[in-house]
Formats: sequence, structure tokens, C-alpha cells
Amino acid sequence: MAQKPIRFTHNGAERAVFVEEGANLLDVLRRGVGDLTPKYGCGQGTCGACTVIVDGAPRLSCLTLAETVDGGRVDTVAGLAEGNRLSALQEAFMSHFAAQCGYCTDGMLMSATALLKDNPRPTREEVVEAISGNLCRCTGYEAIIEAILTAAGSGGARRAG
Amino acid sequence: MTVHKGRGFAAINYPIGMNLGGDPSQALVHSNPDGKFMVSLSSIDLGQGMKSVTRQIAAETLGVPVEDVYVDTADSDTGPHCMGSFASRGTHRVGNAVIEAAKEARAVMLEAAAEELEVNAADLVTDGRGNIHVRGAPSRSITTGEAAMAAQFKQGRTVSGRGIFLIPLSEVSPETGEMTPVSCFAHAAMIVDVEVDDETGEVTVAKINSAYEVGRALNPRLVEQQLVGGAWMGLSHALYETTEPYYPDRAHGPTDFNTYLMPGPGDIAPHDIAILERPAPDGPYGGKGPGEMCANPVLPAVANAVFDAVGVRVRELPITPEKVLRGIRENGGVRPSRRAASGGW
Repeated sequence: MAQKPIRFTHNGAERAVFVEEGANLLDVLRRGVGDLTPKYGCGQGTCGACTVIVDGAPRLSCLTLAETVDGGRVDTVAGLAEGNRLSALQEAFMSHFAAQCGYCTDGMLMSATALLKDNPRPTREEVVEAISGNLCRCTGYEAIIEAILTAAGSGGARRAG
Repeated sequence: MTVHKGRGFAAINYPIGMNLGGDPSQALVHSNPDGKFMVSLSSIDLGQGMKSVTRQIAAETLGVPVEDVYVDTADSDTGPHCMGSFASRGTHRVGNAVIEAAKEARAVMLEAAAEELEVNAADLVTDGRGNIHVRGAPSRSITTGEAAMAAQFKQGRTVSGRGIFLIPLSEVSPETGEMTPVSCFAHAAMIVDVEVDDETGEVTVAKINSAYEVGRALNPRLVEQQLVGGAWMGLSHALYETTEPYYPDRAHGPTDFNTYLMPGPGDIAPHDIAILERPAPDGPYGGKGPGEMCANPVLPAVANAVFDAVGVRVRELPITPEKVLRGIRENGGVRPSRRAASGGW
């Protein structure tokens, strides 16, 4: 199969890789770049485990043609921390025990990172909407929602009821 | 269209572990020359917190800071035997094995320290911050790191311990069939409030209130996390997850997460939990295991709440809108309980 060279910014670093025609971004990140933070869950865009941020917007990397990020910017969980300092979202996920098996966590973090960039003070409903494409089998979502609200400074208060 | 409110209750006794030929788990503990301890297990942490809890248990027993303990899991080639992470047995079985192993390792650590301090090991205590000192005389002190170093480079000792916890096979009485398969039960009670739409058959869980008796909650945040996530899974089993029925036949059944339904973040119900701590006599520091029981009471409580709301007794899970509507039709209409009908909930 024909290979095509592409360049993109990956967590701030320039990358140049050869990609197969039709290769998806998830494969290129995991196998070409060696960034294992985007997870392969369903491979068809329904679980959200592979979520990354492309040019500022959350994308399902398993459904994104790698060629389409040529010249663009791709951000993953691997770029969230600065040195040993975790992002506010990562800290909030830890303090709220928002992960169990952890397989959905990287996708959740990227959906939430994209949300807070556009909407720094989201409501609970907006948080729910933002992560509605990310499946979690362990946590029951509550801790994740609270963690995102806390990181946003919107208060991690449990909803009334 | 009317939305009917209903309330359902369920209570469970949940056995910790199982007994199909004996139920053992083992642990090995050793110290490195720097006084940090390694707990070797082949038990698996699949997100439930086994590593965190066994680490706490080892640190508590050894008398060292939790930061000085590492837990290595999930390799049955290098770790001692464990039956596995199932039947809510991890904390109880593995935790007890870790205590035994850590006690043995602690005893060697204190002997090594005693030799260095020229005192009797029985007179030594740990402060949990990395120091060993003579009881009543904190100045006669040595760090766990120094003791471990001396043990290995001067005294030629391994600071190590072995532990096994076994619930032996319970024989069945040929006369009565009686046996004692488990030694430890956890308990829970749950109240679920639902709303049932009599036009669509949809059931919405509005509120969950629960009380769980889990022995001692060795890590309260992990326990709460387990109970919240488990209740979600119970809700999913009760109302959503199925590969049947699909029309016209199984070939049209779900093949992926698009068509296999589970509640999403917008479908969760507020859940208030009361955790009751009654330490188990045979549990590690009184702990039992909140594992599987966190999902179990949700199913009968939801089924009872649906019956309360509209009088339909669904006996096969999940309680899909179709089953609710068929039940209402068979009954000739909605039949709420007297309490539900009067708006008592």
C-alpha cells in the first residue's frame, strides 16, 4: 500500500511520519509515534477511549484519517502534565477517585480538557454532555463528573436530591 | 400518559469468598537494603483497589510508612499462588495472607534492629514513620533502612516473610447436607425510587438510598467508589443490558456498544450511601469486601419499585419498556400499590 509522509505537532513537538493510505490516527499515534495514551476500545467510534484533541477540538482518533491531521496539532494525555506537575484535571481525577480500571480515563481527560478550554465554567449538564461519548464500565460516572466540575472551579458539590 | 412513582426495597447477605475445594491466597514480603518493602502477590488488581488496600495492610502490620511499601501483582510465574480476584474475596483472603507475611518480616526486622541496638527484640516498637525504638526510650532508635541494611550486609539475614490464608474445604454432612462454605458475610439494604411512564414503559431511577455493612472500610474512598460504580452496574443490569430480544431473530442482535445499551452519564441516579463499619473477627483489620455486593441489591430493589409503581412483576431481567407495557396490558391497566397510588412516596 502506498505510504504518505505527514507532519503534525504532537503535544508541542514536531512529528514527521509515513502513514499508510487510510490509516487511522489512533494507529499512527500508538504505533508510529509511540504514544500509548489514546486507547483502542471499540475501533468504531462508540466508546470514546481513543479521544484526542485535534486543532483544539475533541476527536475520536480511531475514526480520524491520519492524513487529515497533516499540518495540524494533536494533543493527548501524554502532554497534559508539565514535567512532574499534573494538570488540574488530572489532579481532580486523582482526588475524586475518578478511575478504577482506568481504560476510559485518557479519553475522559481529553474530552474534559477540550470542554474546559472552550467553557471554563461548565454546568453539570454541560459536563455530562461533553463526556456522553465516553463509556465507563466501572465508576458510574459520578466521580468523573465531580472531578471535572472541581477542576473547573465550578464546585464539586453533589447535585441536590 | 401518566408517570407513576414507586419505591422498592431489597436487603442482601453477601458471602465473602467461596469454597469449592478450599480457598487459599498467599503473599510474600521482603525488604530491600534501603528498608523499602515489596509485597509479592499473583492476585490481580483490575481497578477495585487491591494494590492500595494490600499496601495499607502491609504498612500497618510492618509498622512502616505506606510510602515505603510496594505491591507487585498479577504475575502467577513470579508471585505466590492466589485463587484470584473474584467472589469479593481479595481484601479478605489476600489481606489476611499479607498480614501473616508482614508479621514474619517485621519480626526479622526487629531482631535485626535489636542486634544493632543491643537490646531485646521484644522491647522494640515501630513509630510508623520509619523508626524502630526501645519502648519508652525513643532516643534508643534505629531507622528501618539502617536495620534492613545491617540485616543484609552485616548479619546475613533476609528480612522477609511468608503468608497464606486458607479457608479449608468444608465437608458436606452426609446426614443433613450441612456445610460451612463461607466464614464471613457482608450485608446491605437499599431503597430505590423509580418513575414509570405507562405510555412508553420506560423506568427512570430517581434516587437510590443504601446502607452497606462492609466490616471495616479499610480505604473509605475506595469503598465509596466501589459502591457508587457497582450500583450503576446493577442499574444497568436491571434496566438496560441484554442481547435479547431482537427482531426478527438473534442475527439482528447487538454487535457493539452502539446497540448494547448501558446507562450513560446522563442516566445516573443520585445515590446516598451509609457505610456501617462492624469489623469482621476474621477479616484483615476487620475488613470484608464490598466487591460484587455493590451491584446485587439494585436489581431486586428496582423490580420491587416497578411493581409498587404500576403493579407489574417482571421476572426476567432486564426490565425493558416492552416488558413493562406487556405487563400493564395483561393486568388490564396500571395497578399501583395503595401507598404509591396515594402519592405516598
